[in-house]
Amino acid sequence: MIPELGHFALILALVVALVQATVPLVGAQLGRVSWMHMARPAVWAQLICMGVAYGALTWAFVTHDFSVRYVAANSNTALPLMYRISAVWGSHEGSLLLWATILSLWSGAVTLFGRGIPLVMLSRVLAVMGMISIGFLLFMLLTSNPFERLLPAPIEGRDLNPLLQDPGMALHPPLLYMGYVGFSVAFAFAIAALIDGRLDAAWARWSRPWTTIAWMFLTLGITLGSWWAYNELGWGGWWFWDPVENASFMPWLVGTALVHSLAVTEKRGAFKAWTVLLAVFSFSLSLLGTFLVRSGVLTSVHAFATDPARGLFILVFLAVVVGGSLMLYAWRAPAVRSHVHFAPISRESALLLNNVLLVVTAASILLGTLYPLIVDALGIGKISVGPPYFNAVFVPLTIPLALVVGVGAMLRWKQDSLARIWKHVRWPAVISVALGTLLPLLFDRWTWQAALGLTLALWVGLTTLEGFRDRLSGRDRPLAAFARIPRGFHGMSLAHAGIAVFIVGIALTTTYSVEKDVRLAPGESWVLGAYEFRMVGVKPVQGPNYDAQRGEIRVFRDGEQVAVLYPEKRIYRVQRNPMTEAAIDPGLGRDLFVALGEPLGEDGAWSVRLYYKPFIRWIWTGGLMMALGGLLAATDRRYRQLARRDARVPAGMAEAAA
Amino acid sequence: MTPARRKRLLLIGLMVVGIALAVGLALRAFNSNLMFFYSPSQVVAGEPPEGALFRVGGMVVEGSVERPGDGMTVRFGLTDNQHTITVEYTGILPDLFREGQGIVAKGRLRPDGVFVADEVLAKHDENYMPPEVAGIMKKPQGTETGR
Repeated sequence: MIPELGHFALILALVVALVQATVPLVGAQLGRVSWMHMARPAVWAQLICMGVAYGALTWAFVTHDFSVRYVAANSNTALPLMYRISAVWGSHEGSLLLWATILSLWSGAVTLFGRGIPLVMLSRVLAVMGMISIGFLLFMLLTSNPFERLLPAPIEGRDLNPLLQDPGMALHPPLLYMGYVGFSVAFAFAIAALIDGRLDAAWARWSRPWTTIAWMFLTLGITLGSWWAYNELGWGGWWFWDPVENASFMPWLVGTALVHSLAVTEKRGAFKAWTVLLAVFSFSLSLLGTFLVRSGVLTSVHAFATDPARGLFILVFLAVVVGGSLMLYAWRAPAVRSHVHFAPISRESALLLNNVLLVVTAASILLGTLYPLIVDALGIGKISVGPPYFNAVFVPLTIPLALVVGVGAMLRWKQDSLARIWKHVRWPAVISVALGTLLPLLFDRWTWQAALGLTLALWVGLTTLEGFRDRLSGRDRPLAAFARIPRGFHGMSLAHAGIAVFIVGIALTTTYSVEKDVRLAPGESWVLGAYEFRMVGVKPVQGPNYDAQRGEIRVFRDGEQVAVLYPEKRIYRVQRNPMTEAAIDPGLGRDLFVALGEPLGEDGAWSVRLYYKPFIRWIWTGGLMMALGGLLAATDRRYRQLARRDARVPAGMAEAAA
Repeated sequence: MTPARRKRLLLIGLMVVGIALAVGLALRAFNSNLMFFYSPSQVVAGEPPEGALFRVGGMVVEGSVERPGDGMTVRFGLTDNQHTITVEYTGILPDLFREGQGIVAKGRLRPDGVFVADEVLAKHDENYMPPEVAGIMKKPQGTETGR
């Protein structure tokens, strides 16, 4: 009964979404206030419907209702409660439901926090979000209904994919989707502005906090995904340039460009048409990401099923969204050309450079991700584009980005002088080159990659700090002046400092990691760098829904024990798949990572993978700092104040409606 | 031409050069890093260029997995039900590597005809067959997957 209720709620949500997508939009065109006022209640009704549907599926999981096909395929009576709740988004149908639910959450948030936005604009924004909702609900109801029954019901479910039974994985999809779907708000604002034909600073100001929050979630989601891959996949890597990772990274890159170009549009009224285009692209890439991952086109752990009907629907939906918005853009954009001048040495130029680099990077990743699919579809052959390509493109394109990030933040709007900037950056330049070259000597060997990485990281960090000094110089009471620095600036600086930390992590991990696959019998040991890994033995243990072989490996440094690691080889009882559960001794300066391979021979020996990973935590720390910076920036007081001020002046509402 | 306009032109010119450079870099990297996929039959027929890094996929032949020496090196037959090649890999195999399972290996062909893999991929799904492998298998003998 409850699953049917969920199904019914989905259909109801579709009907409501149809109303939400049309009535307020037409109302805004015709200037009918009562029609526009339909937007809010429609959003709330949809939110309730989605809540009921989502709750119904969760209920089916919690109560082991295996008569629901999706539950039977992704759960089991032995599955712990936490993973039964997260199993809702463990596969295709449920993750679409999560997507649509999050979309209605964002729509609800827009009605709550968008009070200062004029009714015409708000109606159009919510109508566009309603259209996206229609697409997803149709997709679910036509091709991937999560509430489909399986009769007769099996006694036992097939269990959740063991890889997904990890706390990191339970959180990763919702965070990622919060980011993907969050860009739909930026997209909706952009489309609404195109319909309106007026792209002004006010529009950018409304759109900015939403975009930044969406970007924050996406940053968190990707960071967590990387951490999960490191923890759970047992290969000790943190980024594989896997198509699925690229699918989340491309919207991030374009979204980052959007966050920056919105700043120019808001402060200077420049880049207007470009900003709109970026908003369209971020969301289109988010859609592409969701679909690439979920459609089964890609060969990866994330891909679930291949169903031609789904693929077709996806293609059509993408074509409608991208094609429709680009057509609207082509029609309207010439009217919003900006007429603002700026000098080559100015913050605008720096942000332009940032945008160009980020977009080119995203484009080259898109090329590498889609090319094999296109070649395959054309029947020319089967090829793959490996990490070397992505590294060869990504690294040279991001080095200039690191060079300008701190300086760009220090540059004045409109026009600045090289002489002024040089005064600020000469010491950071000297210090970062000197320290960056010397610091790698502390490691077992000097390499230019580490030196380059550390120099860049120091440069980003020091120029960011210098930005604070620049703001405070000449003030009588620096402390009071510091307190007056707006939160947006703190957010930006924290995010930029995150880049520095991130670069340290990448540079040192890729250069100084040591990896070795060895055979270890009980009592034997292997020396990796400064550490000695001693195998004590492997014993069987039992978990709630799996049996495991658990190894005990003691790690010594200079004869002193620093860690005892218990890597496991698990067999989940239902799916009978072996799973490697790596054991990690984390640290700020280094991780020790041990994974079990297979038993070899009679003497209790196992093949064991040993890793020494210096500074790997810095990579995720950097990601977290970027996300936190985004949160700080988005909660800057001026957005709230401006929202209130705008609310008091319903400027040109009537004429905009006409 | 006003100085402001000349400056702008310079800026645009610089950007065009930058983008051209980036595109050039990308295409160069792209060309040298494309990896082709072959079936064991194609490998036997000598299609992959000599010394090239490529990927080969197929089914691990039942009963063919052996571990000469201390056990860190694994040798197995890889087949598309028509031709079989020998693959050698040193290191830890992925969790789902099993006899009768479809896998993809990346590596180079040694002059003696043994494919030396530096990476072996098997996916986390009991009825999973890498799409490339599914495409090249000739008339499966018996059931398709080993559950």
